[in-house]
Amino acid sequence: MITLLLIFFPLLAALMLLFVKGEQVKKIALGATIVEFAITVMALLQYQQGNTTQFEVSYSWIKSLGINFHVGMDGISLLMVLLTTFLVPIIILTSFNKDYRNPSRFYSLVLAMQFALVGVFVSLDGFLFYIFWELALIPIYFICLLWGGENRARITFKFFVYTLTGSLMMLGAMIYLYLKTEGVHSFEIAALYKSGQGLDLIHQGYVFWAIFMAFAIKMPIFPFHTWQPDTYTVAPAQGTMLLAGIMLKMGTYGVIRWLLPIVPVGVASNANIAITLSVIGIVYASCIAIVQKDFKRLIAYSSIAHVGLISAGILACNVQGVQGGVIQMLSHGVNVVGLFFIVDILQKRYGTRDIASLGGIRNLNPQFAVLFLIVLLGSVALPLTNGFVGEFLLLNGVFQYGAWTAAIAGLSVILGAVYMLRSYQSIMLGETNSVTVSFAPLSSSEKAVLIILCAAILGFGVYPKPLLDIAGPSVEKLVDGVRLAMGK
Amino acid sequence: MKALVLLSSLGVISLLAELFSFKKLLYPIVLLGLIATFIFNIQDWNVANNTFYNMLQFDNYAIAFSSVIILVAFLWFLMAEGFFKEETNMTDHYSLVLFALVGAVILVSYTNMTMLFLGIEILSIPMYILVGSSKNDLSSNEASFKYLIMGAFATGFLLFGIALIYGATGSFDLATIKTGISVQGATPTIFYVGMLMMLVGLSFKVSAVPFHFWAPDVYEGAPTVITAFMATIVKLAAFAAFLRLFDVTFFRVSASWMNIVWVLAALTMLVGNITAVFQTRTKRMLAYSSVAHAGYMLMALLAMNMYSNSAILFYGLAYSIGSIATFTIVSIVAEARGDDGIHAFNGLGKSNPLLAVVMSIALLSLAGIPPTAGFFAKYVIFTSSFLAGNVFLVGAAILASLIGVYYYFRLIIAMYFKEGNSEKINVEMNHKLLLIVVAIAIIALGIFPDFVIRLI
Repeated sequence: MITLLLIFFPLLAALMLLFVKGEQVKKIALGATIVEFAITVMALLQYQQGNTTQFEVSYSWIKSLGINFHVGMDGISLLMVLLTTFLVPIIILTSFNKDYRNPSRFYSLVLAMQFALVGVFVSLDGFLFYIFWELALIPIYFICLLWGGENRARITFKFFVYTLTGSLMMLGAMIYLYLKTEGVHSFEIAALYKSGQGLDLIHQGYVFWAIFMAFAIKMPIFPFHTWQPDTYTVAPAQGTMLLAGIMLKMGTYGVIRWLLPIVPVGVASNANIAITLSVIGIVYASCIAIVQKDFKRLIAYSSIAHVGLISAGILACNVQGVQGGVIQMLSHGVNVVGLFFIVDILQKRYGTRDIASLGGIRNLNPQFAVLFLIVLLGSVALPLTNGFVGEFLLLNGVFQYGAWTAAIAGLSVILGAVYMLRSYQSIMLGETNSVTVSFAPLSSSEKAVLIILCAAILGFGVYPKPLLDIAGPSVEKLVDGVRLAMGK
Repeated sequence: MKALVLLSSLGVISLLAELFSFKKLLYPIVLLGLIATFIFNIQDWNVANNTFYNMLQFDNYAIAFSSVIILVAFLWFLMAEGFFKEETNMTDHYSLVLFALVGAVILVSYTNMTMLFLGIEILSIPMYILVGSSKNDLSSNEASFKYLIMGAFATGFLLFGIALIYGATGSFDLATIKTGISVQGATPTIFYVGMLMMLVGLSFKVSAVPFHFWAPDVYEGAPTVITAFMATIVKLAAFAAFLRLFDVTFFRVSASWMNIVWVLAALTMLVGNITAVFQTRTKRMLAYSSVAHAGYMLMALLAMNMYSNSAILFYGLAYSIGSIATFTIVSIVAEARGDDGIHAFNGLGKSNPLLAVVMSIALLSLAGIPPTAGFFAKYVIFTSSFLAGNVFLVGAAILASLIGVYYYFRLIIAMYFKEGNSEKINVEMNHKLLLIVVAIAIIALGIFPDFVIRLI
């Protein structure tokens, strides 16, 4: 029941918001998302430690085609839902100093997005998963199209077509698997696992690439990333946070739930190419990030580097890698939202995101400098921050796959430190210049967001055990299943 | 059967309206008549009955298709109220449309070649006139003339085909023909020639590439409401006829026509969608999109498995209600802004949010994005094609859909992104209601498709 509530509450709130006029839209939206977060916390409290799928609900939906409305959460799904419901209220809070045109539509779309995202993370039926997957695209497309920056029509359209292409390939693969299920065809996750694992090596390979394409474009993995920097840059701040903070995780979550267990043999024989691409992406994106002048674009590229490591770790397909992937998805979500918010704060005050033209802000507002530093250190994975836990596990996982691969992937940490610390130095340190004459003090909502995020970064970095405990058993079960089917 | 009688009587009644001067009442009478027809029609569900010496058969297949046709016709009447306001030819318009519906119902229920021919003619002849019903508009006249010539040409092919098949099998009856060709190799060559000619004739009617050249000109020239009628009802009926003839009667010789239909389907999807990209006028763009949609339906026809019938029924329904919405909005906008170019839609999102939202939903459905009806329709067709092993055709369809997204989104981008005429367009109350109902129907069908899919 609680799963249904989690899915449909945001939808109801979104519809309701359409009829609200004026200033209080923001507050109602924030209230609704906080209620949603409270529901998640309730689910968290009710969750029984272990590797079972809980809160399961299943209704027959399209009976004649064997499609069910089947949802439920195991540890991995629960953490993803937690991430979504934690970040959306924060993202809404970040917009408190902003006045969007048609606020009721804007917040309604954000909540509709949350509806689809939660749906993606709890679906246990292939068709349902696909519907939610596509559904998530529509609100974000309109958010970017209606409230985005220059050139948005062309850029968001490229984004839309790119992701749709991947999705349709996944749909093709899903239908193929569906038609291979025994007896009355079914989209049930267990039935799809069985039919996928029953395929021979070559066909598992085809299915692997078709499904991987959808996820690789969403994440994005090199060389399918070309839509990403432009879209992140042109989207409104909150849109970027939704895209990078949560939507990106749809891809990595998809790999864990809908790729590894469906075609284990296909993964075993094709993952080396995919991992190589991921690792190339890490180095490539990091190098480009170093030479970026626009801070928002720099973070966009850093996001490609981070997600490359997540993808490599998951595809290595061992417990540490997948566990690290799950944890890093959470950390990256928190950190990247923090970073994009900092970009937004700077842009609002100075009207520019150009790293070189800023400087000396630390002298003007030490408090902001400290909060920025914590977010940044989380992002470069300093020990005792959240980023460290995930990256450590991920590198450990990749190392088990191949020492050289891990060595190259490890560059992400070093290069990350280079571009992040350099931009911090340029923006915050040194002397103030003509652009940064003064720094308007942080408003209470800005402070609240940064403090919550910093608390999450540090708290989780110092004591990650609760989250690891939730993810652990489910990850082990999943990886064991996959490795068994691989014959390893 | 009851549907045929009721529709014909409605047609006759509307002719009498002029005589007994109850013209003002005709609109409600026709609407109520259509509702009654719908109810009486579904009463025959599961009671297959043959009429006219076994030349028509109202089995579930026929009833499902005719019900959808009547439903779409009802929506169409709501859309087309303005078309019936013109004093001089009002009753003619009513009766022509109703007789065209009679033809459509015959087309979905025939079991005899003569009835196929009659159905096509009863459907087409009123359409030739209706296409030219803007008498003072040169392009409407041209469209009518073009449609007549092309239609007559296609009918010629069809009739020649029927004659040859009659020569080969000695019968017009579909069941007899079917048993006659049961032994492979025992059928004379003229049978195959006849079959191909019928294929050409029907491809003309559903505007499959390369027999589609008439469609864009005719769709563009005709009054918008008539274009909507052709894109929805005529297409649905023609496909139901196509399906019954090829998937049922010519099933045993499918090896000899499958490859041709394969090529037709692929070409129709790709050429239709690619050409639509280059159009600058919405009506013409929707005409090419209509051509493209015929391609997807041909895919289902080609699959010949348990999903085919329901796939075409569902696709036809989804496509029809989507088209009703788009054509309604195009006609409203074109009338208010005096132009049906894509730029006429600039700024519609600001000036008329309702029109823009419904248009977006309808376009998303036509493009096949979940959770709309159009997505599910495409899904069923892809599944049935996959099951039939037409993997490359599915690949082509996916490619075509992506191209489709491009031009449908051009309109969405124009509505929401481009600055334009910010003057609010006045929309009549009944059009508003129709649009809201259609928008809800598109989403409802996308979320709960089961009750249509399960029908046949």
